[in-house]
Amino acid sequence: MSSKIRRKPRIGVFKFASCDGCQLSLLDAEDELLGVAGAIDIAYFPEASRAMLPGPYDIGLVEGSITTYHDAQRIQEVRRKCKTLITIGACATAGGIQALRNWKDVDEFIRVVYATPKYINTLKLSTPIAEHVPVDFELRGCPINKHQLIELITATLAGRKPNVPTYSVCMECKRKGNICIVVAQGVACLGPVTQAGCGALCPSYDRGCYGCYGPMESPNAVSLSNQLHILGQNNAEITRAFRGFNAWAWQFRKASEESERT
Amino acid sequence: MSKQQSRTIKVDVLARVEGEGALYVKLKGDQVQDVKLKIYEPPRFFEAFLRGRHFSELPDIVARICGICPIAYQMSAVHAVERALGIAIDPSVRPLRRLFYCGEWIESHTLHVYMLHAPDFLGYPDAIAMARDHKEIVQQGLRLKKAGNRIVALMGGREIHPVSAAVGGFYKAPSKSALKELVDELKWALDASLATARWVSGFDFPDFEQDYEFVSLSHPEEYPFNEGRIVSNRGLNIDASEYEENFTEQQVQHSNALHSILRGGDSYMVGPMARFNLNFGKLPEIAQQAARDCGLQVPCRNPFRSIVVRAIELVFACHEALRVIREYEPPSAPRAPTLARVATGRAATEAPRGLLYHRYQLDQDGLITSAKIVPPTSQNQKRIEEDLRYFVSRVATRPTEEITWKCEQAVRNYDPCISCATHFLRLHLERD
Repeated sequence: MSSKIRRKPRIGVFKFASCDGCQLSLLDAEDELLGVAGAIDIAYFPEASRAMLPGPYDIGLVEGSITTYHDAQRIQEVRRKCKTLITIGACATAGGIQALRNWKDVDEFIRVVYATPKYINTLKLSTPIAEHVPVDFELRGCPINKHQLIELITATLAGRKPNVPTYSVCMECKRKGNICIVVAQGVACLGPVTQAGCGALCPSYDRGCYGCYGPMESPNAVSLSNQLHILGQNNAEITRAFRGFNAWAWQFRKASEESERT
Repeated sequence: MSKQQSRTIKVDVLARVEGEGALYVKLKGDQVQDVKLKIYEPPRFFEAFLRGRHFSELPDIVARICGICPIAYQMSAVHAVERALGIAIDPSVRPLRRLFYCGEWIESHTLHVYMLHAPDFLGYPDAIAMARDHKEIVQQGLRLKKAGNRIVALMGGREIHPVSAAVGGFYKAPSKSALKELVDELKWALDASLATARWVSGFDFPDFEQDYEFVSLSHPEEYPFNEGRIVSNRGLNIDASEYEENFTEQQVQHSNALHSILRGGDSYMVGPMARFNLNFGKLPEIAQQAARDCGLQVPCRNPFRSIVVRAIELVFACHEALRVIREYEPPSAPRAPTLARVATGRAATEAPRGLLYHRYQLDQDGLITSAKIVPPTSQNQKRIEEDLRYFVSRVATRPTEEITWKCEQAVRNYDPCISCATHFLRLHLERD
């Protein structure tokens, strides 16, 4: 029998270029927060606490994409300090909406927003964390689903595979008993190529899915583009549809570049 | 000859603010040499990549500027486009937008009052540590925050980046019966807001007042959310379309957020204190009485008391939400039709942190040709630095650790949202 007291697992929350919404999901888990805080040691979470404990951390939750030279260095340091590294949300997983710069001239972008461009340091591309360091799990969504986050933390601490499905939003629509808005109303919808997790929100609110959970496990984007054409969308509209919060995820990126070319 | 001791106070990662910033204060003896609120949150260039997008995509895209106040961005955007295109919304949509905003104010203000600001007054690093000694209080805060989130989630599908806001109205309007289900919890929330106001009014406030120019929307009958003229306590009274003639943005080397100043170069304050001071008479009696019971004077010029003002706005938001739900009749169509044309639209609404201005120029296909977004935190940024400059000199004889914490608290008075302002904080206190 060991006389050692088991240390609570340490969690760090790290932010890169983002809107803060995904880490706010942790504070938005009002019913679970104090329970979670009792089971783990939230060692580094500047948005919530001025107590910042040094690593190593058992789990690192990373929000945001890499857009500056300094952040590209910082993520290496974060990776070294975290036993398990989990990216949370579309920015960390796919580059986020700020990856729209990846098809444009970032220097022109700086000139549009700032009068003295030389004060601004930024990279030409907004890239996901996995392009810089090995990532143990990528949690999708813009924003993430807080219940999936709690499940992921629980599973990681228990050493089991998290129950986070990779099928499409269509599955959630069917399960909810939604009438398909593409078929019944001719509304453009990215549901067939988008990973589930939101609970088919947009179709439940009488509008098409805009792909905020990124590509599902095996998306047929070509087929969806054809369907969108049939619904009367032009190439520019289809390009824009794939160029949203997960624009730099390769399947969506390929689809948008194909429709841009044609 | 005595050599004066120099100190630098540096906070490299400013905590309990939304986004990434730092604070730098340089002292020579007790004299403040320099104060810088540094925003190193990386720029994301929304105004640049919005060009070429369709106006119908705006509410979804601009929401992503800020995960804490997405509705504010959605509201300023839809109003700007509606003004550009001359769209008249259904009369029932207007109170629904107020209800949507109530949800965001309740969620955002409660987050700040309970989880970000109160720990400063009670000497805890965070709300979780505070919960060890004040469990019931923190639980009350979490439940109140959830009440706001329930409004947003019911109307927009989820708390963060809700999906229902659209140019012309909503994709889907809630049913009367669905809204009625919120009533019991909102009645509890109204009582909890009154309790919150009593609780925070008992904190110790530094004796610190400044002569501010307060700026907010003002509406003839209502406490402002979506409509009104932009007014100040020094005689400013303009339409949102005249905003850029009266305010200008300035870039400073130490920050990725633009500083916004009044023409003439003066700083000003937006947010709960500005709204409260300029619109006190429009608050419902229950909120006015709560303010009097808390000992708030009008105008309130002590930024540390902004926590009490936020609590009063919580009382207002819960009361207003209940009123809207009581009087609600669903719109005949949730969304007014839209027709693209070449036009420019400008609008300002009241985000939880203050005035939020948007301007969009649209082409004949409804695509955006230029965009300008001025968030509340960039408007307050210069004022925060000025507060610090005056405040630090008063506490300069204290130990560095105490000054540091007090300065952080002074910054958090403004509930700065750095993610928004970058297009926006670390404390470096340097004693020279």
